[in-house]
Amino acid sequence: MNRPPSRLFLPALVLIGAIALWELWVRLAGIPHYIVPAPSLVLATLWENLGSLAVAWLYTLKITFGALLLAVVGGVLLAVAFALSRTVELALLPFAIVLQVTPIVAIAPLILIYVESTTAALLICAWIVAFFPILSNTVIGLRAADPSLGDLFTLYRASPWQRLRWLLVPSALPYFIAGLKISGGLSLIGAVVAEFAAGAAGRETGLASRILEASFRTEIPKMYAALLLIALTGVAIFLLFNLLSRLLLGRWHAGELGPGR
Amino acid sequence: MSAAIRLTAVDKRFDSGLEALRGVGFEVPPGQFAALLGPSGCGKSTILRLVARLDRPSGGTVEVGSDVAGSAISYVFQEPTLMPWATLFDNVRLPLRIAGISRAEARNRIAPVLASLDLAGFEGAYPAELSGGMRMRASIARALVTRPRVLLMDEPFAALDEITRARLNDDLLALWQAHGFTVLFVTHSVFEAVYLSQRVLVMSARPGHLVGDLVVDEPYPRGAELRLSTRYAERCRAVSVALESGYGADLPP
Repeated sequence: MNRPPSRLFLPALVLIGAIALWELWVRLAGIPHYIVPAPSLVLATLWENLGSLAVAWLYTLKITFGALLLAVVGGVLLAVAFALSRTVELALLPFAIVLQVTPIVAIAPLILIYVESTTAALLICAWIVAFFPILSNTVIGLRAADPSLGDLFTLYRASPWQRLRWLLVPSALPYFIAGLKISGGLSLIGAVVAEFAAGAAGRETGLASRILEASFRTEIPKMYAALLLIALTGVAIFLLFNLLSRLLLGRWHAGELGPGR
Repeated sequence: MSAAIRLTAVDKRFDSGLEALRGVGFEVPPGQFAALLGPSGCGKSTILRLVARLDRPSGGTVEVGSDVAGSAISYVFQEPTLMPWATLFDNVRLPLRIAGISRAEARNRIAPVLASLDLAGFEGAYPAELSGGMRMRASIARALVTRPRVLLMDEPFAALDEITRARLNDDLLALWQAHGFTVLFVTHSVFEAVYLSQRVLVMSARPGHLVGDLVVDEPYPRGAELRLSTRYAERCRAVSVALESGYGADLPP
């Protein structure tokens, strides 16, 4: 990355400044830790509860990436079916839209009733939130292939399989990656929101349950600690898919879009 | 059949109701360089698509010579139409790859073509890293690696600057003389049509039909000497007159 240092330096400075102000404000104004804990206390709490929080974090990660994987498989398969057949698209698109526009917190309680395993129910909820961007982006991408290139494949009598591999998939890739970036963040949101709807129950639980638990006991610093983990996970997912996008599209796509993307 | 390309009373009406061609008929003998000249939207590109079998005529017949089957036809579009995700080498290799030709064999066939188009050394470059002229050369290279008997070109140099265009015109003529393929070259430039071709087919505005068929009996190689000669100016004038007449011409029934 050939960024000027200020591109990284400025946001880092603002972030550190904001945390320092927060610490100062809590200390100088004498805010009780059960109202707003100081950043230093949040870190200390995180350290003290690292064991239980790490277990919960791994569970949330499992739901997040499991749901994302299902979203990729389901979204891409459905997109290919849509791209191949307008009839399939007309028949199934309404369902996809209904799933997409209905708030997940409203569907989650029903899913939790119908599906016995909490883990499976959470996976379903997170999947519902995550799959639509992949579906819609991949459908657009599969239709975005240059028609003249399509003519060329026809002229040289390419098989449908050759057309798919060498024309449609590469054309759809940037769109798919854009959908993946959105869905990565959404599957984390879905995993956490669904767990809130499920409540802190069951043998295995994630970070949302830790937050609920801590709130029942008014352990505000622990709530912040779990929240911090969720936020860091979200940022990590964002960076991960940005890196993936750069690796996969790097040279030609950057050239296509011009500098600054 | 003796002709490389033969159109007989070809009509083309699109599903939208647009009538693109009416009663078009001509023959191009093997090895001829023929230009197809006409105003924008007169159906020139439609004729190329019909010859390439990318589209079907609504009436009449389109035939290509019996030794000109399948990939022996190549097509160069107005845009370079390269795959942005592939290197120049992989772009040029595409027709061979579709035909199932091995990478090693493809390499042997591509090298001389790239050399003849001044592209040697740029095999690993992506289209975004090349100039407009080089992208068009790559597009022509891709059309030539299949050793076509017929080359269809759809205003290939229209988007290029004048200097690059003049150079590519000369390079194209050199390749044509070396390989002897039949060329059907669509353009809306009178000067380009006369400079390049042995024969100019002039079309009217839509619905397109032929209003002129002029022979350009000048020796090759052609160069600056021809461009500056009065004969060239006279031929361009004759073609322009034919083109003008197309605007008020009577339609065939």
